[in-house]
Amino acid sequence: MIPSSAETRESVLIIACGALSREILTLKNANKLNHVTLRCLPADLHNQPDQIAGEVGRAIAKARSEFDRIVVAYAECGTGGTLDRLLETEGVERLEGPHCYAFYSGLDTFFAESERDIDAFYLTDFLARHFDRLVYQALGLDRHPELRDEYFRHYSRLVYLAQCEDEGLMTRARNAAQRLQLKFETRQTGYGELGRFVSAL
Amino acid sequence: MTENDDIDLTSLSDEDLVAQMHDDLYDGLKEEIEEGVQILLDRGWEPYKVLTDALVEGMRIVGIDFRDGILFVPEVLLSAGAMKGGMAILRPLLAETGAPPVGKMVIGTVKGDIHDIGKNLVSMMMEGAGFEVIDLGINNPVENYIEALEEHKPDILGMSALLTTTMPYMKTVINALEEKGIRDDYLVLVGGAPLSQEFGEAINADAYCRDAAVTVDIAKELMQRKHNQAVSSGS
Repeated sequence: MIPSSAETRESVLIIACGALSREILTLKNANKLNHVTLRCLPADLHNQPDQIAGEVGRAIAKARSEFDRIVVAYAECGTGGTLDRLLETEGVERLEGPHCYAFYSGLDTFFAESERDIDAFYLTDFLARHFDRLVYQALGLDRHPELRDEYFRHYSRLVYLAQCEDEGLMTRARNAAQRLQLKFETRQTGYGELGRFVSAL
Repeated sequence: MTENDDIDLTSLSDEDLVAQMHDDLYDGLKEEIEEGVQILLDRGWEPYKVLTDALVEGMRIVGIDFRDGILFVPEVLLSAGAMKGGMAILRPLLAETGAPPVGKMVIGTVKGDIHDIGKNLVSMMMEGAGFEVIDLGINNPVENYIEALEEHKPDILGMSALLTTTMPYMKTVINALEEKGIRDDYLVLVGGAPLSQEFGEAINADAYCRDAAVTVDIAKELMQRKHNQAVSSGS
């Protein structure tokens, strides 16, 4: 029997932030990456970024013997260098950039715009979808709307970085801006560096 | 505390009132804290004693539970808001007493960064601990820090950053101080969510401060050390 291309290619595991699961699966299917497996860690870890490196380390250790190659779909994500030190020790590659806003925007674009965007609060598709739980409730604004100014007094715009064209998400993002009393702006970024990262596997 | 509406704060003994104020701070009840502060002052308490026994001690408890993951940022912000209410009453009275500050601190969020929740907490806790605090606000370029250092001649420079992309700017500021030959004139404390002990050491800060309560402890310790060194060197 002639082996299929999936059987002859090295097996790859992506250990990813849960906030990227839908996007990575879309890219994996679009590129027919049958040799790639996705395992996600909870997106809520972003509220405790000091725990990300530890969790990623445990996931790598658990999967090491199962795959030919492991990559990590996290950016730096506020881990204070702990994630990079771990990945260097493990010889594992990660997504470039400081966070998902940067790699979706494209790193060059993101850094070029960073001064102008100093007053921008970003949403991605994932955050637009889960705004209530991961932003509004996590910041306690459902219980204490008076805290709005504590968090957002220096922001003036909510910038929705859209990965796909979805009217429902657009409406959610617009509503989020309204609830945070910020002007609404949208940018269709697509998958940016994430697309290149996954399709190159 | 939900039953707080039923408590007549004026009927409590000093000890019970202070304990109640710790609970009220924990629960972020600003009006109750303002009332408690006024009652203690009316009973003849020194403003500094009200500040330390009722407010700072209450916030210390909040800080411990935040560190241990029992309280989260929204609750801490409410507590801080309550403490601010009490501080607003005490501040002019403390100024009148003319007590010398423990030390002086210039603090600001670095260029490119507009986040100030942590910085504001540090400012408030440092003020509560008897430091004079000059708060430069957000998005500060090197020039702002240098000007403030020259103008106010503080003991401590504090820098804050929330973003991975902005925290390297702390090194830019420290480099500028080194180039001007004034780095060692100040204790440089740095803090913010993405920072770490290693980062603080790498940029030649005197200390990385994990949270507001830790900042106060470190600042006091370093000030004491500085004082002892000055005494032993005879200066």
